[in-house]
Amino acid sequence: MTTSLRIAFLPLNDVAVLAAARERGFAEDEGIALDLVRTTSWATLRDRLVYGQVQAAHMLAPLAVAVTLGLSQQPAALAAPYKLGVNGNMLVMARDFAAALDPDPARRLADPLGTAHDFAAAIGLWRRKPVIGVVHRFSSHALMLRYWLASAGIDPDRDVVLRVLPPSLTVEAIHAGEIDGFIAGEPWGGAAIASGRAEAVAIGERIWQRGVEKVLAFREPWLEENPDTVDRLLRALARAAAWCDEPDNREGLAEILSRADYVDQPADLILGALGGRITPRAGDAPLDCPNFVLFSREATPFPWRSQALWIYSQLVRWGMVEASPQAAAQAAAVFRPDVFRRALAGSDVPMPGASMKLEGALASPRAVGSRGGDLTLGPDRFFDGRVFDPERIDDYLEGFLQLR
Amino acid sequence: MRIVIIDDSGLRATVLEEGLREAGYDDIHIVPPRGAFVARLERMAPDVVLMDLGSPSRDTLEEMLTVSRALARPIAMFVDQSDEAMIGAAIDAGVSAYVVDGLRKERVKPVLELAVRRFNTFSRMQSELEEARTALADRKVVDRAKSILMNQRGLSEQDAYNLLRTSAMNQGKKIVDVAQALITASDLLGGGL
Repeated sequence: MTTSLRIAFLPLNDVAVLAAARERGFAEDEGIALDLVRTTSWATLRDRLVYGQVQAAHMLAPLAVAVTLGLSQQPAALAAPYKLGVNGNMLVMARDFAAALDPDPARRLADPLGTAHDFAAAIGLWRRKPVIGVVHRFSSHALMLRYWLASAGIDPDRDVVLRVLPPSLTVEAIHAGEIDGFIAGEPWGGAAIASGRAEAVAIGERIWQRGVEKVLAFREPWLEENPDTVDRLLRALARAAAWCDEPDNREGLAEILSRADYVDQPADLILGALGGRITPRAGDAPLDCPNFVLFSREATPFPWRSQALWIYSQLVRWGMVEASPQAAAQAAAVFRPDVFRRALAGSDVPMPGASMKLEGALASPRAVGSRGGDLTLGPDRFFDGRVFDPERIDDYLEGFLQLR
Repeated sequence: MRIVIIDDSGLRATVLEEGLREAGYDDIHIVPPRGAFVARLERMAPDVVLMDLGSPSRDTLEEMLTVSRALARPIAMFVDQSDEAMIGAAIDAGVSAYVVDGLRKERVKPVLELAVRRFNTFSRMQSELEEARTALADRKVVDRAKSILMNQRGLSEQDAYNLLRTSAMNQGKKIVDVAQALITASDLLGGGL
C-alpha cells in the first residue's frame, strides 16, 4: 500500500535530501508517494504546514521553534525529528563594500573574527547604514549573522539594517542598490557572485562549524498519530541523505535540483556549493570548503535537543522571546531525537548515545558513543570559541551581555 | 476601510479591485511588491492588506508588520483563526490577508471571502485562457496533418480526419499526438507539405 505525503519546500540546494528521496526512488521503496510542493516564501510554507495543507515542510530550524513558541502568526506545536542539512549559508556583500575588507577573499573567509572587525570599521566608512538582506527573522542565517556581527561589537539592531528579502530577489536587489549584501542558502550567494555584483565575505560553516540549518517539520499531533508513515519517511530520507553525500552522485544531484520543479537555476551553479567548491569573487579560482554543506555524515540528520536550545538562547538574546523555563522546555521539545531513534533503530545509521551535547566544544573530529556503527563527530566550534552548555543557558547568555 | 492589494499581476489585482468596488468598498490601492513597496505601504496606513500567497515578498511584508513603528498595531492573518474552512479556502485560492489594525473581524471577513471568490475566478479565467490557447494550437496541428494526408494519399478532408481518429483510437492516443507524430515523420522523410 502506498501512502501519499505532501511536503512543502523552498527552492534551495538543501532541499536535496527530499528531492533525492523522490527522484531516486528511496521514498517509493518505503511505500511513500512524495508530493513536493514548491513555495516561494517561508510565510506560505509555514501556513501550509500549520493549517494542514501539507503534512510536512522543509523548514528553517529557528522558524519551527518560533512557530511553536507562538512568535510567528498562528501558534502551533511543531515537531522536527530529522535535520535535512547542516551548514550551507554564505554572506556576500556588494563589491565596493567588500573592498574595505581584506582584499584576499581566501584570507577573509579563513579569519571570520578579523573580518568581523574589518566589517565594523567598514560600516563607519559606508555612505549609510549597511542594509543586509536576510531570508527571515527566524532563520539560521539571521541568527548566525547577528552572532558574527555582535562579536565585533556591532549591534545588529542599531548599526546595520537587516531587511527580510526572498532569496530569489536578492541579486536584483543588490543590482538596484536596495541592499548592500545578504546572507542566504545556496545557490543564491553564488548567483550574486557570478553576476559580478558581490563577493563572499563569510561562510556559515566558518562561523559555526556545524551549524543547524533546515529541519523536516511536522505538526506534532499529526506526527504522533502517524508513527508508521513518519518512520518509513525517515528511513527513506536517511538513505537519500547518504546518497546525496556521496561525491560520485553530486553531478546527478545538481542536475535534479536544477530542474524547474526544484531550484530552477543552472546545474553548474548548484554543483559548486554541493561539492564544497566556493568561488569567492567572479573570475577567482574556487576555494575548497569540504564542509560547506552536509547531508548525512557525522549523524547530520540527528536532531540534537541542544541545538534547539541554542536557537532558543539566541531568540532570548535578541529580545524575540522572554526567557522562561517553560519556553526553554517548549523549544527543546521541538527537536525529536526519540522519533529519530525509533524510526532508524533497525538501520545502519549510527545513533548517538545522548540527545544533548555541548555545542562548540569539539576542535577536531572525535569518535563518540553510538549504537549501530562508528560515529565520528566533526569539529563544531563557534569561531569565537564560546561553548554552549544546554544545562547552563543563563550563564551562556550572561557572557554576551557586556557586548550590548 | 482602506484596502491595499499587493500584487504583481495587473490582471488579478484588477479583478479583485472590481469585485471590491462592486461590494461597496472604495478606498482601494494596488501596490506591486517591488523595490520600496514597504515604505509606500507604511505611508498608506491600510486597514487590510491582501496579497497573493504565491508572492515571494510575503516574508518581507510580514517582517514589516512585525517591526514597523507606523503599523505597530495588533495584526491577524486570515481574519478569524478559528475558521479553518475559510483558511483552507484562502490558502487553496492563494490569498493571504492581513488585518493591520484592530478592525473587528466581522468587518473584514466579507472582504476575505470576496477576495477568495475573485482569486478563484481569476485562476479559472487563466486556465480557460490556457485551454483556449491549447485548443487553438491543437487544431493547427491536426489541420496540418490532415493536409499532409490529403496531399500524399489523395484523401478528402473528412477521410483524412477519420483516418487520424481511427489511428488514435487504435493506439489509445489523442488525435493531436497522432497528428504531431505524422508531421514529424513527414518532416523527417522530407515530405513537407
